Amino acid sequence: MTRPRIATASLAGCFGCHMSFLDIDERLFELVRHVDFDRTPLTDIKAIGPCDVGLIEGGCANAENVEVLRAFRQQCKALVALGACAINGGIPAMRNQFSLQEILAESYLDGMGLDQGQIPNDPEIPLLLDKVYPIHEVVQVDHFLPGCPPSGDAIWTFLQELLSGQAIRLPYTQIHYD
Amino acid sequence: MDWISLELTAAGFYANKYCCAHWRVGHPPREEAASVTHPPSPSEHALARQGSAPLDLLQILVDLQSSQGCLSAEVLEEVSHALSMPLAQVRGVAEFYHLFSRYSPCRYRVLFADNVIERLAGMESLLIRLCEHLGIDPGKVRCDHRVMVGTTSCIGLSDQGPAALVNGLPITRLDAQRIDAMAEHIEQTIPVGDWPSEWFQVTPNLLRADHLLAEPWEVGAALGVLARQGAAEVLDCLDQARLRGMGGAGFPTASKWRSCRDTPADRRFVVCNADEGEPGTFKDRLLLQSHAHQIIEGMTLCAAIVGANHGVIYLRGEYAFLLPGLLGVLEQARQSERLGTIIRGFPGFSFDISVEVGAGAYVCGEESALLESLEGRRGNPRIRPPYPTQRGYLGAPTVVNNVETFAAAARIVANGEEAYRLAGRGEPGTKLHSVSGDCPRPGIYELPAGTPVRELLELCGAQDTGAVQVGGAAGTLLSPAEFDRRLGFEDLPSTGSFMIFNRRRDPINVVQRFTHFFAEESCGFCTPCRVGTALLRDLADKLFQGRAAPRDLDDMHRISRLLKSTSLCGLGATAPNPVLDLLHRFPAQVQARLCRADQQPAFDLDAALAPARALTGRDD
Amino acid sequence: MTAYFQIDGVPIPFESGQTIMDAALAAGQYIPHLCHNPEFRPHGSCRVCTVRADGRFVAACTFPASEGAKVECASDELRELRNGLLQMLFVEGNHVCPGCEKSGACQLQAVAYYCEMLAPELPHFFPRRHVDASHPDLAIDYGRCILCELCVRASREVDGKSIFAIGGRGIKAHLLVDSPSGKLGDTDMSVHDKAAHVCPVGAILIKHRGYDRPIGQRLYDQRPVSVVGDVIQAEETRDD
Ligand SMILES: Cc1cc2nc3c(=O)[nH]c(=O)nc-3n(C[C@H](O)[C@H](O)[C@H](O)COP(=O)(O)O)c2cc1C
Ligand code: SF4
Ligand code: SF4
Ligand code: SF4
Repeated sequence: MTRPRIATASLAGCFGCHMSFLDIDERLFELVRHVDFDRTPLTDIKAIGPCDVGLIEGGCANAENVEVLRAFRQQCKALVALGACAINGGIPAMRNQFSLQEILAESYLDGMGLDQGQIPNDPEIPLLLDKVYPIHEVVQVDHFLPGCPPSGDAIWTFLQELLSGQAIRLPYTQIHYD
Repeated sequence: MDWISLELTAAGFYANKYCCAHWRVGHPPREEAASVTHPPSPSEHALARQGSAPLDLLQILVDLQSSQGCLSAEVLEEVSHALSMPLAQVRGVAEFYHLFSRYSPCRYRVLFADNVIERLAGMESLLIRLCEHLGIDPGKVRCDHRVMVGTTSCIGLSDQGPAALVNGLPITRLDAQRIDAMAEHIEQTIPVGDWPSEWFQVTPNLLRADHLLAEPWEVGAALGVLARQGAAEVLDCLDQARLRGMGGAGFPTASKWRSCRDTPADRRFVVCNADEGEPGTFKDRLLLQSHAHQIIEGMTLCAAIVGANHGVIYLRGEYAFLLPGLLGVLEQARQSERLGTIIRGFPGFSFDISVEVGAGAYVCGEESALLESLEGRRGNPRIRPPYPTQRGYLGAPTVVNNVETFAAAARIVANGEEAYRLAGRGEPGTKLHSVSGDCPRPGIYELPAGTPVRELLELCGAQDTGAVQVGGAAGTLLSPAEFDRRLGFEDLPSTGSFMIFNRRRDPINVVQRFTHFFAEESCGFCTPCRVGTALLRDLADKLFQGRAAPRDLDDMHRISRLLKSTSLCGLGATAPNPVLDLLHRFPAQVQARLCRADQQPAFDLDAALAPARALTGRDD
Repeated sequence: MTAYFQIDGVPIPFESGQTIMDAALAAGQYIPHLCHNPEFRPHGSCRVCTVRADGRFVAACTFPASEGAKVECASDELRELRNGLLQMLFVEGNHVCPGCEKSGACQLQAVAYYCEMLAPELPHFFPRRHVDASHPDLAIDYGRCILCELCVRASREVDGKSIFAIGGRGIKAHLLVDSPSGKLGDTDMSVHDKAAHVCPVGAILIKHRGYDRPIGQRLYDQRPVSVVGDVIQAEETRDD
């Protein structure tokens, strides 16, 4: 029997969800007995291949986020929005209270201590989207695991249920939005 | 602001309103307005005319909007002081109604009727044309405070549109030429009262009359029957005629009257719902304009039966131009002892009718929201039970009926229930239909209940019809396969709106406009409708623009279910109808418009990147 | 003899004049709700307490209890509807729980946890809403207001001040503050007013006491709202 393949990525997030993933601690050993990792910061594999599960941390803030997310959607049978930012944009989406113009002007033109500022336009830098989007507004998402970050226990419960094909039901203390 | 004169109002609007002894009867006695300083401010004038109790707030604001051209921050503060009402509450009411403008004052305020019928007749390009002439953006007051141009929901003139309200008065049959001339009049500061009167002509447009309207109304006919036969007989007659409400819900009229009569109370009210806000409906306009005596008699009949001494006609703000005529008819009725303290044939019974004017809010046609509005507040529907017949206007048992219902009740009692029953085809009675859209003879048709849709299409000369919307935005969207269905309570109930779209029209566009209407008109009180109507609007836009994916249709279904099951009032419960009809009846058109991104929600990357590209000058 | 109706098969006694919600709460049967607070007249706006009474969808907080009525509350259909309503409340505002002082003691959150809502799976509106910090002791974050009108009712009915009202309509409906500037600092609102304490979410916040309980010990961290009760009553009986 082939082992399920899992990929993970952090878009506009803080890597907190990935840290929390590591917080499943010694249960990681059990996990790697059952699954293989594809693209993820844990393996440092840069390109995603066909996978069973994709875990996405962070919302979509720029063109690169969208590209990575779409690649994940194409390759993953089940896509998971992991954590507050993937689910509703989270803290980065607080910038949605302002126009991109206002934000860039404040950061690069008029902000305190700036002299002769300039909005960066190096083509190496991914272009920003007008707002930060929850990932389900960009691609179809199959599962949502809330938390900022979701606790290691919640991630563990979730993965166990998902990989064993059960319906996802988290105990009360493992559902939280912060 | 005295350079804005009272020419803003229909000729003699207030003069007339004021001289009617009983134009606002039924209110509790009110305190005198605060002692007048000199010179009196506009709000003092309005208070003097409209009263100074919190209940009068809406009428005061209507008056001020009319005389001042806007409700400025200062005016609202003055009103709040004068009524000893919190400013936030006054602002809340001012922000609720479309016809109030809280911008800076402007001499000319032009509001184009924005129903789908007007859109299809080229309203958008006319609006742009006018804006270009005047050098303004839609919705913004020109910096010289001369003019603003915007839109409002259907104003009940779809048979003679495109139409617009200019300072509250409707101009009909707009075309490029008329728009050009309007722009000139505005630039030359010609008062609206001096604009060519033919611009303001609203024709009654009755193209087929039947049981209700074929014979002229013989004043006193119904009351005579009541005097001879008594209330019980008359109610039985209405029962046997099986008269049901014409405003949409179709509640048996006699049962409603009985329920009001049987609720113990020391006063009761009769309210005529002349809000006619359902898009594409204008049959009540005809009745109010040309058959007011019949309506009044219906109301008096009801009052005599239920034991009410006061009646109110809640006239939608868009129909304020009908007010002088209506007040004239009421005055005639008083002169001839058919209203007032002495009513001929009914010793000891007194009954009078006042008119209250709305200010642009479709939801105020919902009976309990209407009562809130009559009491001067935001038009939020009330929690039911209790129903209006138990606790209505000012807490007293109240009958609320549609204009046409009162007219029909009067006719039935005068001519006998049998004539009414025989007038229908398979079910009793007749119904007025307001026909608009793609046909050579738009107007009002009185048809036997049970008439097939196809026959009405033939009567008005419609050809190559691709879809009909029966009963307004909240009604039913029919495809040609269903044109044999019958207009009537048994099959296709209708509020009297009949909008025709030929095969070249895009049904998705039609439905998209309706979703905008509901989002615009939701009162915002309850969660499902406040949020759901906006979500449906955005999804319909997506579909129309070819950006929707199959998944978005699932969302439409899901949101529609929520609206239908959990909304507080009929607005939210019916708002998904056009969307659901579109998905059911026009699946081919919908499928062809989907973007083929499989189950993906459609995300427009280029649109989302546009601002960054503009700011960085990049094109990657 | 006491009259009864049933909620999901459980008999609930009631007195004439009680709503389904009144009777259910008195009998210790939880029905999720947000705009309802037994101290004030029922409002019926959030619709989260929608149940099916004899087949008909009604708001439990406004619908009268009646003898023998069969009320459904926990069916899958109602769960889905309730979940949808909660999702709507989340997407119409700006609910960034990780950055909200009320988090952990917020009734919107708690009811959503109780209903096992994992995410608001609808398009987000991200409305532009400001924060009013003009008052020395209170702040309003309009992005979190769910228009329950509890502050409106408390200020009018208990404080006798009418500091709040609702303006706009449809999705643009919003809370209004009773001062010419529209700022709370320009009203006579006091931190001791009832209205300062009834907000079920993090829209009206009392300054100088944020994040006063560690994660894990907050109101709803360990036990659900069905056990803990509404945030307002729970906070009033708070021991510290
Ligand atoms: C959103 C909404 C708008 C309504 N608008 C009108 C209206 O403009 N005119 C009307 O007569 N009834 C309207 N109604 C129906 C009224 O609530 C009420 O049923 C009617 O006035 C009763 O009169 P009837 O029994 O004579 O039909 C509306 C209902 C809803 C839910
Ligand atoms: S359904 Fe819509 S219009 Fe009716 S009360 Fe709710 S928000 Fe207001
Ligand atoms: S008010 Fe409640 S739901 Fe909203 S952000 Fe704060 S904690 Fe979250
Ligand atoms: S501020 Fe709080 S209490 Fe007031 S309406 Fe908004 S959510 Fe309700």
